[in-house]
Amino acid sequence: MRRRSGTLVIGGSLVAMVILAALVSFVWTPHDPGLVVPQDRLAGPSGKHWLGADKLGRDELSRLMVGARTTLLVGIVSVGVAALIGVPLGLVAAMTWRWLGEILMRVSDFVLAFPAVLLAIMLTAIYGSGVVIAMIAIGISTIPAFARVVRSGALQVMSTEYVVAARAAGRRPVGIGLRHVLPNVTSLIIVQASVSFAIAILAEAALSFLGLGAPPDVPSWGRMLQESQSLLQQAPRLAIVPGVAIALAVLGFNLLGDGLRDLLDPRLQQRRVEVQR
Amino acid sequence: MILRLLSRLAVLVASLAVSTMVVFGFMVVLPGSPARVALGVNASDASVAQLEQEFGLDRPKGVQYLDWVGGLLRFDLGRSYVSRAEIAPQIADRLQVTLWLVVTSTVLALVIAVPLGVLMAVRHRRASGVLLSALSQVGVAVPAFLAGVLLVALFSVRLGWLPANGWTPPVEDPAMFLEQLVLPVLSLGLVQGAVLARYVRSAVLDVMREDYIRTARAKGLRPMRALVRHGLRNAAIPVVTVLGLQLATLLVGAVVIERVFVIPGLGSGLLDAVANRDLILVQDIVMLLVTAVLIVNFVVDLLYLVIDPRLRSVR
Repeated sequence: MRRRSGTLVIGGSLVAMVILAALVSFVWTPHDPGLVVPQDRLAGPSGKHWLGADKLGRDELSRLMVGARTTLLVGIVSVGVAALIGVPLGLVAAMTWRWLGEILMRVSDFVLAFPAVLLAIMLTAIYGSGVVIAMIAIGISTIPAFARVVRSGALQVMSTEYVVAARAAGRRPVGIGLRHVLPNVTSLIIVQASVSFAIAILAEAALSFLGLGAPPDVPSWGRMLQESQSLLQQAPRLAIVPGVAIALAVLGFNLLGDGLRDLLDPRLQQRRVEVQR
Repeated sequence: MILRLLSRLAVLVASLAVSTMVVFGFMVVLPGSPARVALGVNASDASVAQLEQEFGLDRPKGVQYLDWVGGLLRFDLGRSYVSRAEIAPQIADRLQVTLWLVVTSTVLALVIAVPLGVLMAVRHRRASGVLLSALSQVGVAVPAFLAGVLLVALFSVRLGWLPANGWTPPVEDPAMFLEQLVLPVLSLGLVQGAVLARYVRSAVLDVMREDYIRTARAKGLRPMRALVRHGLRNAAIPVVTVLGLQLATLLVGAVVIERVFVIPGLGSGLLDAVANRDLILVQDIVMLLVTAVLIVNFVVDLLYLVIDPRLRSVR
């Protein structure tokens, strides 16, 4: 029990740190993240630049903080959209005709064959790169995760006595879904959201690393890492700073998901959801 | 058994058919024509019309679709809008490169994950098991491209042991090939290994609670021996599933890793095609990658039947 809550605390703290960095960056950053200061080129960590400066003399910490915004924005929108579409689909798949459920699950299998990054590359070829494309691609590829989790949870709830009683009492399916099924799968949805968020962060970082995410003037962790690649000789720190940020954020959401799973539903089978990455 | 096989095959064929429509559909909804995209906004109408005529882009969309799918079935992937070269031979070369990456890193991931996962499960109550488990959690959080950059920083830049990037075909210079293969494969394999190890751990933990393991122990088998003789085959089912599902991840990882290490594989080809706005090439490579994922899912389904005889009679 103590280890479980440890997972939750560590995960929660890491996530809180990322959120805090993003929120604070709206009102304060040590320097203007876009300010080019030639004499500070590749400056090491100092009182002026806590995490040093990049190849243009821009403050690394400021860029890291503003980058957290990009990360969270993409995560929130893509996971939100995926949940909004995936949860109703999962409920429908569990509660209506069996053949419809089967078809929906086959479709979700099919969507899994299009990983987020591949989808984003394809969309970029057509519409050009951008944050919105990244969010759409990650969102679409995350829908199956929600649909599957909600379906399997809902199927369990459907066989419970209180649902059978509600059906016998003549409640309409929509009423049963909203009143009995949805509240009982909420914990599953929350856990899935946390794990999906970690996956979304990875996908966003990969896309901006490839130059397909946020535009160059918007700081993002993936792009910071990509820009550091040519400077590994002079300043390996520039790779380590955004790299650690990505890893800690992903670790945070993964641990938070694990911790929440244990907290919200101890009976739940350990269902590691990195599969959809 | 046969019925199950046939139904899976039908799903595969249907999925492939739908994928062609999805991939083609994405390219068709494009405002304007692929020729305009390839030539840029400043191209004259005449040159756009000429390119459209050359590649048959002025024909009805349905005809273009059937033509494309017909070509795919004959391994004729058309010609590039930009270089006008035949696409199939180019892609074949790149596919080889990517296959080297994906296959060797999958092997590495398995070599890491199976012993590590079993160890983590057997020792899950001891400090060493918990520590390994925590380490694997960190491994899961590190994307392959980050691992790649960090490995280059350490082994190429700092220590100078291995080349930072590049690719030499194995027939040209086997030693160089291996040297250049090490870091990309480590980047992909270590990360996949960490993810996979966590599944192996939970699968083995599940199996260890089974009655037949207790029976084996009661017969006097030592824990490890009971596990190896009775448990591993059962634990393999969820692990094979994950391995299959991870192929999609691995392919995407390879796309990015090829960028990090300047490797001329499918991923680099895809990104170059996007940069050149060569839509037919994008379409072909995406289709190829999706086909690979779908076929692997199909193979994973077949593997279930091999591993678990119980499934053969179901449905």
